[in-house]
Amino acid sequence: MSERTGWKSWLTTVDHKRIGLLYFWTAFGFFLVGGLEALLIRTQLARPENHLISAQTYNQLFTMHGTTMVFLALMPLSVALFNYIVPLQIGARDVAFPRLNAFSYWVFLLGGLFMNLSWFVGPLFHAGTLSVAPNGGWFGYANLTERQYSPGPNIDFWLLGLQILGVASLAGGFNFIVTILNLRAPGMKMMRLPVFSWMTLVTSFLIITAFPVITVALAFLMFDRFFGTHFYLTSAGGDPVLWQHLFWIFGHPEVYILILPAMGVVSEVLPTFSRKPLFGYTVVVYSGVLIGFLGWGVWSHHMFSVGLGPIADSVFSATTMLIAVPTGVKIFNWIGTLWGGQIRFTTAMLFSLGFIAMFIIGGLSGVSHASPPADLQQTDTYYVVAHIHYVLFGGTVLGLFSGMYYWWPKMTGRKLSEPLGQVHFWLTLVGMNLAFFPMHLIGLLGMPRRIYTYPAELGVGNLNLVSTVGAFLIAVALLVFIFNLWRTRTRGEIAGNDPWGGATLEWSIPSPPPVHNFDAIPTVHGRMPLWSEPEKMKQHGPVGHMHVPPGSIWPFVAACGLPLLASSLLTHRLWLVFVGGAVLLVGIYRWAFEPFEV
Amino acid sequence: MHRTARVTFWLTILCVAVAGCGGHYPQSTLAPRSDLGLSIDHLFTGIFGWAVGVFIVVEGLLLFTVIKFRGRPGAQPPKSIHGHTALEIAWTLAPVLILVVVAVPTVRTIFQTQAPAPAGALEVDVIGHQWWWEYRYPAQAIVTANELHVPVGRPIELVMTSADVIHSFWAPAVAAKRDVIPGHTNYIVFTPDSVGTYTGQCAEFCGDSHANMRLSVIVESDSAFRAWVVDQQAPAALPDPKSLAGQGKAVFSRSACIGCHMISGVSAGVIGPNLSHVASRTTIAGGEFPNDSLDLALWIANAPDRKPGSMMMRMNLTPADLQAVVAYLRSLK
Repeated sequence: MSERTGWKSWLTTVDHKRIGLLYFWTAFGFFLVGGLEALLIRTQLARPENHLISAQTYNQLFTMHGTTMVFLALMPLSVALFNYIVPLQIGARDVAFPRLNAFSYWVFLLGGLFMNLSWFVGPLFHAGTLSVAPNGGWFGYANLTERQYSPGPNIDFWLLGLQILGVASLAGGFNFIVTILNLRAPGMKMMRLPVFSWMTLVTSFLIITAFPVITVALAFLMFDRFFGTHFYLTSAGGDPVLWQHLFWIFGHPEVYILILPAMGVVSEVLPTFSRKPLFGYTVVVYSGVLIGFLGWGVWSHHMFSVGLGPIADSVFSATTMLIAVPTGVKIFNWIGTLWGGQIRFTTAMLFSLGFIAMFIIGGLSGVSHASPPADLQQTDTYYVVAHIHYVLFGGTVLGLFSGMYYWWPKMTGRKLSEPLGQVHFWLTLVGMNLAFFPMHLIGLLGMPRRIYTYPAELGVGNLNLVSTVGAFLIAVALLVFIFNLWRTRTRGEIAGNDPWGGATLEWSIPSPPPVHNFDAIPTVHGRMPLWSEPEKMKQHGPVGHMHVPPGSIWPFVAACGLPLLASSLLTHRLWLVFVGGAVLLVGIYRWAFEPFEV
Repeated sequence: MHRTARVTFWLTILCVAVAGCGGHYPQSTLAPRSDLGLSIDHLFTGIFGWAVGVFIVVEGLLLFTVIKFRGRPGAQPPKSIHGHTALEIAWTLAPVLILVVVAVPTVRTIFQTQAPAPAGALEVDVIGHQWWWEYRYPAQAIVTANELHVPVGRPIELVMTSADVIHSFWAPAVAAKRDVIPGHTNYIVFTPDSVGTYTGQCAEFCGDSHANMRLSVIVESDSAFRAWVVDQQAPAALPDPKSLAGQGKAVFSRSACIGCHMISGVSAGVIGPNLSHVASRTTIAGGEFPNDSLDLALWIANAPDRKPGSMMMRMNLTPADLQAVVAYLRSLK
């Protein structure tokens, strides 16, 4: 068996649990970076006509806040939970492709660093400023992102960074689909799969189908910017609206990629802490799948102001409203789960309840801009900023926090402090409502998004100040959480196998689990094996030799090839193409022919 | 006595609340002043009512459940319930019904607000630029910028496109919003119902000075509008060559100004705003600064410093020349 300690062991690890932790700490780091960007944005907007931050810097900040939160924080935080929890929930020893899993992580890390390097390398490009960070918005609308209108390397960093990150997402998506379909424990039929694993499966399908679309869109943009094609340029018969269609065909499924894992977490936490099985399991699973399908038919609701005509507007309005139905059904089933239960208000449970309460608000404001005429006033204003933050912060972030409190004992062997957790929850809830609720009004009163300053005459200065105070309250709450993580390392209560009385397989093994996870792979006969047959699920110590995959450095080496290739395009250096290509090919070749240690 | 005190107390609260909400919001979407604005507002009010109703019912149900079924020490473990088919059908149908109630007026409003302009509508061509608005009145042969003059009570058809990147024309009170896209032509049809000045601004991120791409719609009585048209159609003012303004015209004519700006009879530039009647406008630089001598001088001297990314370069004029050009521009009523 390979080394289990020292930094080298982390560089070569293929253990899904260690990769899960790597994902967690990296994504959490990027979450803090994105949060810092948000605080700078809110500081600038605290007063009208504020000139603390220049227009150029502000545009970089909001672009990187969105890009970071979506691609570098929320998605990979979900992936951290996929990695750590899904193999345990389905009774597997690891994911199907452990080395591909390591490759995904390293590509993600390097892609994120590559994009964030743009904050500091302006002088290399003779830009006259330290920062050449992306500045075209996380949605990067063409034709503003074309070379003619964005000549610097800013957009190049963005599109090449996203291309690198796409590789990580695609590899991860395939890995989890194969893992969930093939590595389930005996007896775990699909309709016995825990809902979190189900949502991981749906999310993974969305990833492998949505990311190719943005890859194509970005490839067009790359060709336009570097090789003089005209996909998005009107002058030669191209069309900037093509970008919007491609981006949102990816972008709307992406929203569900962000929310479905959190819905999966909630569907695990509510039963555990109400001491009742999930109400309407089948319906919850099928509505998750249905949301995944319907998510493909609504993209033009991001484009109601584009002028697609009344028929397209009506159709996309109808499909968008339709998606509210399975979402509502999920909420009712969660309430059904709580009904008649014995609710324990642990921090994990509070965050899940907070998720439901806040997601309802985000869903309702969503219905108001599913109506195209109403959306003509709301789109591109702070009303939409309020909506997405109720969905992505009130929804995804609260859901992920719930998952962290719930599974932290499994991942580290110690429970996070409950009193600190409760402080964290209430500060977050108050902070987010102070920060995001006024944005509904700010938008309806006429303030557009993505403006670095606004005139005092708009009359929204005080509402913006309240919002800024809320943002800082969220930051304080986050400090409490960080303190809790730090304190728990040494002083957290020892968790044991099953600190919460959970029903799924991950609670049958020690915390943290041994490298091989299960001493003997259990055979399951129901959805909640630990509740229905706790005795049969007991672990009895390892039986004979356990095969676990050995570590490998080659996924890391192969991953290093991608940012090198991207740098060659960025700096117009042909020799770098050969270096990057060689590193990538050697990495993959050695990885493919690596001798198997048994 | 007590009663009076209580009434006074509640009246005070009410006054504070009304004052708090009744502030001046010139760009509000909630104070429509056109048929288009009113139909959107009507639709939104209906949706908002349903949303508030659903919010109260569902959040109330959630809160009630959480309080009623809070865990109590020593209680019996709850019964395992796996689902209920009739309930599932009911809470699938309920949102469907509500959404149908929302969808029907939505579709009706979509077709109503996107109908072609009626005969006799006033056509104004809107062209978005980084970062200002150009308006052309084809029938009246008028070209102006940022301030859109329209008569009250007459249908207006905005025919919109962009000269560079994508913008979005947003004048909440009268015209709602529609993207302005290079290579595409988009339309807004509306009939303003009240005289007044309504502000708006670009709503689609369009680069450095997206925040500084403002506009206003000036709705006038029919006679005031006609007078404005007559003024705009007049040739640009010709100042006495010996006056300060006259010297300014000479400076303007030999400077880089003419490369971008048009003044009828003087220069033919089409990149920047048409200045033939610039003094008739209340603001400059995409609605960012008031149109007075000081702001004009600061703007001409160093536009990029006042507006991030501005395409207008610094004009290296002597103070005397600058004064003269400002005087000239101020004379172009």
